Amino acid sequence: MPSELIYNYMRIDHLPHIWCAGCGNGVLTHDVVRAIDSLCNDPDRPIPREKVVIVSGIGCSSRAAGYLDFNSMHTTHGRAIAFASGIKIANPELTVVVITGDGDCAAIGGNHLIHACRRNIDLTVVVFNNEIYGMTGGQYSPTTPRGDKGTTAVYGVVDRPFDIAALAAGAGASFTARGDVYHVKETTELIRQGIRHKGFSLIDCRSVCPTYYGRKNKKGDAVQMLKWQKENGLPMKQYRALPPEQRADKYALGILSRNEYPEYTEEYQKIIEMAMAEKGKEK
Amino acid sequence: MQGNEACVEGAIAAGMRFFAGYPITPSTEIAEACSVRLPQVGGHFIQMEDELASMAAVIGASAAGAKAMTATSGPGFSLKQENIGYACIAELPCVIVDVQRCGPSTGLATAPAQGDYQQARWGTHGDHPVIALSPSSVSETYTLIIRAFNLAEKYRTPVIFLTDEIVAHMREGIEIPDPESLEICDRRVAGNDGAYKFAYRVPEGQIVPGWKPFGEGERYNITGLFHDYSGFPTNSNAMAQEEGSRLLDKINNNLADIIQVDEYKMEGAEFAVVCFGGTARAAAFAVDAARELGIRAGMWRPVTVWPFPEKELEEKLSGLKGIIMVEHNYGQMLREVSRVAAGRVKVEFIGCIDGTIIEPVRILDKLREVHENAK
Repeated sequence: MPSELIYNYMRIDHLPHIWCAGCGNGVLTHDVVRAIDSLCNDPDRPIPREKVVIVSGIGCSSRAAGYLDFNSMHTTHGRAIAFASGIKIANPELTVVVITGDGDCAAIGGNHLIHACRRNIDLTVVVFNNEIYGMTGGQYSPTTPRGDKGTTAVYGVVDRPFDIAALAAGAGASFTARGDVYHVKETTELIRQGIRHKGFSLIDCRSVCPTYYGRKNKKGDAVQMLKWQKENGLPMKQYRALPPEQRADKYALGILSRNEYPEYTEEYQKIIEMAMAEKGKEK
Repeated sequence: MQGNEACVEGAIAAGMRFFAGYPITPSTEIAEACSVRLPQVGGHFIQMEDELASMAAVIGASAAGAKAMTATSGPGFSLKQENIGYACIAELPCVIVDVQRCGPSTGLATAPAQGDYQQARWGTHGDHPVIALSPSSVSETYTLIIRAFNLAEKYRTPVIFLTDEIVAHMREGIEIPDPESLEICDRRVAGNDGAYKFAYRVPEGQIVPGWKPFGEGERYNITGLFHDYSGFPTNSNAMAQEEGSRLLDKINNNLADIIQVDEYKMEGAEFAVVCFGGTARAAAFAVDAARELGIRAGMWRPVTVWPFPEKELEEKLSGLKGIIMVEHNYGQMLREVSRVAAGRVKVEFIGCIDGTIIEPVRILDKLREVHENAK
């Protein structure tokens, strides 16, 4: 029996989706929907569904926007955050969620990512980080681990990968977190908190791509890849308690950083009020 | 008032309330003026991290309901091209000001030229519609930018405002029209009739689909992929054909409304000086001088530079003994003029790519020469 969420929030006449069997993007899309659903139905501070906008770029992750029955905008490769900034600034009442991938936001769109972090504009970026370019058939991405293989790295990747959540925190994002496909409840909660956070938030979600990443790197099938996440994704405290030599493949789940900074659109509103008042005095 | 300032004042009069840009000579004064003026009228200015981001933000703002503009020059115009194509296929109105400067790459960054004429038509990939307008004075910059917004809204398409360093940095007195007298066109707003299902279907008797900004209750999808009537991506060849043709037809079937040509002393003219934008002043001066010498010269100037006014030029050909194309490049509009003339009228050319301006005397000398030869 499909979840009621599907009927409520997905454009069911456009299903089934295009993702491969075993892809983690479906679960992460579910997490996004569940997080938004809980906010729409929050008895204290409900977010009106009509004011929710989903923006995406190009790649496997970014196909999620079209399936979601909100205001949705599937933009150009790498530019989702820049489009989303225009939407949010033009109408700050909107709740804008960006769904993007590791290549989309950390390679071709890296500049927009760091500047949106710095600006602290109230967007929530959910990264479906599958560590590979899936849509084009398995080329290495800025998050493919060093030494792993892709169709453009048959001898192994030479460059070091980005930690997107750490990158965002370093660039000044006021809320950064890491989730994954296996830890559904935790990841959903992180996305919910990210949307609620006033300012720029980024949730780096480890996806799984058994078709192009897993197969090429002998990581097993989808189930084995999820088992790997189950064993290696640790709550923040537990991860930090580990001595560095035991961390190896382990990664921290949860909120990495949270700060209160002035939010861009609220600050700009003050400028509008000041400029309008001064202009009024001239008359 | 300076040309770039007139561009901002006209845009605000047209209803522009969002500007995103990146500093680049010789367009920077537009961003500077927007940063001062937009908050005064409740609008938003933002300096983005690069040219691609500013084009993207403008399109995003358009989806959220704002009349939006960006401004740039050659190198930045190249960078914006991919997203301009997105605005074409997603049918999100916006205005892109390109203050042309000299040369490919960084060229002569502060010198005038008109070398982006063909890029304005073919800069973004794939077959797509284009409207481009080019003003020749500060005063016309003010009124024509309003028309640029009107056409963008009416046809739901990006409009390129192809100005140049000459007009942009020129200062002259202008008369600002009474706001009441201005004709302002807004997007045709759709009713809440079909949820997301028909966001991209054109109703009977209309040119473009109706429209609702994000957040007003009509949830639909916007994409740069070919899409069905709901805005959802499709791989259907039939749908790609239908949508691709519709995008081109909405412009091509309404040329009479879109095309505007300025004529100066063309009545009874035997020799036409064809030019656009900042080149017009030297051309008009040369035409006056030639008339004093008894040469029946006139100036024919497309104000709408894309689509090229083919029919309008065709109508002039029978009375002409010669055409002199004058432009600050090495023959970009010349291609269009020669194509229309098709050997029936000889087309001479005066061009310039060294960052100087074409002086009236060069045009006058050429007029005298063709006049002599035609005897």
